[in-house]
Amino acid sequence: MILDSHIPEGPLAEKWTRYKTSQKLVNPANKRKLNIIVVGTGLAGASAAASLGALGFNVDIFCLQDSPRRAHSIAAQGGINAAKNYQNDGDSVERLFKDTIKGGDYRAREANVYRLAEVSGDIIDQCVAQGVPFARDYGGLLDNRSFGGAQVSRTFYARGQTGQQLLLGAYGALSREINRGSVKLHSRHEMMELVVEGGVAKGIIARDLVTGELERYAAHAVVVASGGYGNVYYLSTNAMNSNVSAAWACHRKGAFFANPCYVQIHPTCIPVHGDYQSKLTLMSESLRNDGRIWVPKKKEDAEAIRKGEKGPLDIAEEDRDYYLERRYPAFGNLVPRDVASRAAKERCDAGYGVGATGLAVYLDFASAIERLGKDVIEQRYGNLFQMYQKITDQNPYEVPMMIYPAVHYTMGGLWVDYELQTTIPGLFAAGEANFSDHGANRLGASALMQGLADGYFVLPYTLQNYLADKIYEGAVSTESEAFEKAEKAVRERIARLLAIKGNHSVDYYHKALGRIMWEDCGMARSKESLEKASKAIAELKDEFYKEVNIPGKAEEMNTELEKACRLADYFELAQLIVADATQREESCGGHFRVEHQTEDGETQRDDEHFMFVGAWEYHGADTPEELHKEPLEYEHIQIVKRNYK
Amino acid sequence: MHFTLHIWRQENSKAKGHFETYHIDNISSDCSFLEMLDQLNEQLVNDKIAHPVCFDNDCREGICGMCGLYINGRPHGNDDGVTTCQLHMRKFNDGDEIWVEPWRAKAFPVVKDLVVDRSAFDKIIQAGGYISVTTGGVPDANTIPIPKYVADQAMDAAECIGCGACVAACKNASAMLFVGAKVSHLGLLPQGQVEHLDRVRNMIVKMDELGFGGCTNTYACEAECPKQIKRQNIARLNREWIGQMFGRDRKN
Repeated sequence: MILDSHIPEGPLAEKWTRYKTSQKLVNPANKRKLNIIVVGTGLAGASAAASLGALGFNVDIFCLQDSPRRAHSIAAQGGINAAKNYQNDGDSVERLFKDTIKGGDYRAREANVYRLAEVSGDIIDQCVAQGVPFARDYGGLLDNRSFGGAQVSRTFYARGQTGQQLLLGAYGALSREINRGSVKLHSRHEMMELVVEGGVAKGIIARDLVTGELERYAAHAVVVASGGYGNVYYLSTNAMNSNVSAAWACHRKGAFFANPCYVQIHPTCIPVHGDYQSKLTLMSESLRNDGRIWVPKKKEDAEAIRKGEKGPLDIAEEDRDYYLERRYPAFGNLVPRDVASRAAKERCDAGYGVGATGLAVYLDFASAIERLGKDVIEQRYGNLFQMYQKITDQNPYEVPMMIYPAVHYTMGGLWVDYELQTTIPGLFAAGEANFSDHGANRLGASALMQGLADGYFVLPYTLQNYLADKIYEGAVSTESEAFEKAEKAVRERIARLLAIKGNHSVDYYHKALGRIMWEDCGMARSKESLEKASKAIAELKDEFYKEVNIPGKAEEMNTELEKACRLADYFELAQLIVADATQREESCGGHFRVEHQTEDGETQRDDEHFMFVGAWEYHGADTPEELHKEPLEYEHIQIVKRNYK
Repeated sequence: MHFTLHIWRQENSKAKGHFETYHIDNISSDCSFLEMLDQLNEQLVNDKIAHPVCFDNDCREGICGMCGLYINGRPHGNDDGVTTCQLHMRKFNDGDEIWVEPWRAKAFPVVKDLVVDRSAFDKIIQAGGYISVTTGGVPDANTIPIPKYVADQAMDAAECIGCGACVAACKNASAMLFVGAKVSHLGLLPQGQVEHLDRVRNMIVKMDELGFGGCTNTYACEAECPKQIKRQNIARLNREWIGQMFGRDRKN
């Protein structure tokens, strides 16, 4: 199969305008005859449903939490990028586009990224009009901060809760449409299966998480905006309920899954402290604006700190190694996330790590507090400092924070074309659930931008283009054989899991899977570690299907069953991540193969052989997946070695 | 550390609930309250005596507003400015008895065990807790300057996470702090002015309709709010409610 990305003709800067002026439209009277399903109420899902509802389509939206406002976009802290150039520091659409492509290590599609940069300014306008209380300067205009991988200040923020405020804006817009009757909300519902009829997406099977009943929903198009798959590592900065299952259900039905091995490890998270731990907490990248990262220069100091004999304040200035400033003078502490994470790992592996486990580095605000005063720091990062203190019982105004990398975001996801349509006609994917804009590494503050770009400004156009032909089809029925079969498949899957009645909990297996993935397919990967991981995952999966114990029934609220269904999908995904990492014999962005590095430990790409999107086709639970390649062609941008020195 | 837990168990919204007592050992003081419950559930699954305890949770970093337990008589337990997921066991003494209940309010019926239905909050927002702008066609973000102190006050109110602790803490189960926070957030900003009075009326009418109680100014809500939303928001809500009675009313 040839993957056609459907990129419009014409010069890069005109493609989106040309698309919009030549696409097909649906007239207002016909819009209300067309149904759209949106799965997920994060930034992408909520903004898409609100915008589509406002256009006049009938939308059904699903979330597994009790309210759409809980989606994990809410936890994004630092900010959202936009090429407004309000700071007069030389920003432009072109520069945001280039930074994003370079940040992604030249593994993203030019046309999609350019469109993202192009609509970024509209997002800020939209959010301000909705009442998002972005930070302002004393003149009353919008303030900006800097994020990794950029030399301009283009990040808009609302204290350390930007994601929350943007999501509440989208949730408000969604609530308005619910009130107007154009959107119907189904909370505490989980998508279990995609229904495909005649090769086209026609609806979903959802499980009511309160009663356990399976329900059928039909539509003319389905949008999956269900987020990323970082929880395959068990410990990550994702919410407990974030999962891959909705996207995986699409993959099982024929939607290709692209670049699964591109996983972002965020450099600044609170380190792991015990095996009972359920998640890792992020400390925003924005902290690197004012915080300086260091470890002791001398190994004996590091050892003394690990034993508790010395503290960070006992280490003299000249005995501290500000390794990011040393290695990357041009970007310093604001290098992209993948670079900062690897540098932390390198220092800790070499024996300079701090904290009881030796798996931590310092993020120090002393010089910023001295320069700006405690008040300014408190204003900028107050809630993050409070969060840190509540979790670790240490005061970051007085002692440096301890941080370590953790799984945060997944660049891979469902393969989509320029219209955000997957390989199944009528099935669209938006936000973190798709693979499209971040290449092999996402820059900070770009996830919010992409989620809202997809929902507010891309899908309302591209979905209409698809739906224009559907007005002749009439209502979609849920009584077809396809729905029958899809529902039966879910019922059987659930029955199989409930029947096992073994001796271990779901979390026991999830933790074990997470350990395999983190050790052997995490920040550094090698041929050997991947072979080891592949074998270990297969064994663990077998054991899971023999030994897991899920109490209770299917027809009730059953959180263990929910977790088990999701974990079953993670096993398949884990195998695919390992296969993709094995296939990609190069290092790029978040994917670091130890065999492919430069002398000073930087990633070494192989553009000649690997400048493609790896899109995988599913052939059954126990059959290896088939790799398809979409070549990446760069017409506009000049490919160079990624250098932040 | 070890604890004796008295946990509210209730099979579903129609069943009668009761307290059940459990013992748990080997809990680290660095562990969060929800991680302690995870370990209890692990124990229940392994021992095959009882079904695991259902409780709502998601982000586990205090921002999604999904978790909310009534612990020893206080919403989100005995620490200030935190949600249940950020409450750590170091706040308890070794050997403590801990009583764990769901939110108790008519407008938040119990779904199962410690899980309650807070969709009433969504319905209040749907009644008007937004600025009615359709996607596209809005002015440039810097067209209207907003004084920093106004934007900051709006942000203070906008930090509400909709967890429902204010309702649970209130003896009348009033939602005034929640509604006041949203009315303040949007009403302070110039963009929110156009619909301001309608918003106040529609949200309050909906709040009453859904069975939330009236406010008698004891401020238990403010004391227990994990995001420390101020009672001034309730004063503003009252003021605006009176204002809308005398103000422009396009329906009449």
